[in-house]
Amino acid sequence: MEQEKRAVRCIVCPLSCLGEVTIEKGEITIIKNMTCRRGELYAREEVVAPRRMLTTTVRIIGGELPLLPVVSEGVLPKDKVLACARHLADIVVHAPIKEGDVVCRDILGLGVNIVASRSMAGADIE
Amino acid sequence: MNEKHYDVVVIGGGPAGLAAALSASEQGAARVLVIERDRELGGILQQCIHNGFGLHRFDTELTGPGYAERYIKMVKATPSIDVLLDTMVVDLMPDKTVLAINSVEGLQKITCPAIVLAMGCRERTRGAIRIPGTRPAGVLTAGAAQRMVNMEGYIPGKKVVILGSGDIGLIMARRMTLEGAKVLAVFEIMPHSSGLTRNVVQCLEDFNIPLHLSHTVTAIHGRERITGLTYAAVDENLRPLPGTEKYLACDCLLLSVGLIPENELSREIGLNMDALTGGPVVNQERETSLPGFFAAGNVVHVHDLVDFVSEEGDIAGRFAAHLAQGQTNVGAQEFSVTPGHGVRTVVPQKIKIDVKDPGTAKLYLRVAEPQRKITLSVSSGGMTLLEKRFPVAKPGEMIVLELDASQLEKVVGDVIVEIKR
Repeated sequence: MEQEKRAVRCIVCPLSCLGEVTIEKGEITIIKNMTCRRGELYAREEVVAPRRMLTTTVRIIGGELPLLPVVSEGVLPKDKVLACARHLADIVVHAPIKEGDVVCRDILGLGVNIVASRSMAGADIE
Repeated sequence: MNEKHYDVVVIGGGPAGLAAALSASEQGAARVLVIERDRELGGILQQCIHNGFGLHRFDTELTGPGYAERYIKMVKATPSIDVLLDTMVVDLMPDKTVLAINSVEGLQKITCPAIVLAMGCRERTRGAIRIPGTRPAGVLTAGAAQRMVNMEGYIPGKKVVILGSGDIGLIMARRMTLEGAKVLAVFEIMPHSSGLTRNVVQCLEDFNIPLHLSHTVTAIHGRERITGLTYAAVDENLRPLPGTEKYLACDCLLLSVGLIPENELSREIGLNMDALTGGPVVNQERETSLPGFFAAGNVVHVHDLVDFVSEEGDIAGRFAAHLAQGQTNVGAQEFSVTPGHGVRTVVPQKIKIDVKDPGTAKLYLRVAEPQRKITLSVSSGGMTLLEKRFPVAKPGEMIVLELDASQLEKVVGDVIVEIKR
């Protein structure tokens, strides 16, 4: 199998090293141009299994605002982030909500809960 | 007219104002008032639903609303702090009278010995950067779009172009994509992005959104709604290069072209202003040129981390409370702090030295250009007080230098902060 080289820009610290990862037969063989060990670990993870946090909103009925901001309790596989956002677009919750309340348990079977990132009281009825 | 008296009045209920109110109360101010024009506390944090806030302050990564909620809970649990929501300050007087108005109590007059200005900042608009073309709907600032998308439930467009690669623009590129819009391109007039590398990677590269450096928008097209725009490459003087213009169809243009401290009130009462930061000149206690008027947060200078905004609120609130309780160091001498070679801005711009108790002072500065391996030096009267090396320095990332009592004792004249040649 042929050799593949991938550029990885490090986000661990403000140095922003531009590393180069060499992959042979599906294995990482060389990580070049990273200044520190943390950068090498980041580059490895970015190539093998990149992960991201997800923050978005869901609809809330009867709240002070029409939307409730939510956050993933942990990181999700990068290639599932858009699918998770699409899934959350169809979720509706009811006020009142407390920060940390689970809005979607084990999203798409990935083992991560989506929780409210703020509390939201019910709207005053005038 | 309704009349009230407080020890400390804080104008603005965002991160700077909340921290100032809490710290004033902790330092013994018996009656503190926060005046907020929005319907709830928290300021801009409530629309910044992404995470990454609070690493310094709370040692964990919070979302904007999560960070705000921590402070709001602390304020609500403090009986000496009153909050007025949906209330606008319309005038300040040098004797520290505050005129405020809301639709429930009407006009009210509030008197106090110490005021903390914490009005934050606002975005530069299309008018500020003079883009030619028609005036259709669909052209808005990235922050206005952020509020629509994250709090109000509207999407301002489906085929989006972003001008400016500041962090709000980058964050909105990801938000619009997650909400189902297509972000066609981000144009940045400078040869480098002004946002954090983390945001370039996670908000643009993750979604294959192209970033065109050294490019700008030269015309906007469309009558009722924007139908497209013309963009072009720019030369080293940031002028569009003739012959490089291209057309791009879109239904929305978001502008992320900088922030301006919101200082109408500060100017009206005649505070000395710093032309480079756009905020009032302050000393290390965050007192402005007018005694009893303190300022903190983005109204003083635009920050990149909310943690530093809260820290500045702490400082302003503490010294406002001391003043309200009659504690002042009358014997202190004041010197200027000025940016030298390679440094664009420094806050505070004044430093007050009380030889009996010099205390400590933090200097918050921005370099003029991105550089590697620099040594920053702080000197006074030709004598070096502090030297510190940095592997990398970027204009977008504020640098903090701390001077201790032994260094402050040596201040004999104006202080200069510069990059050593």
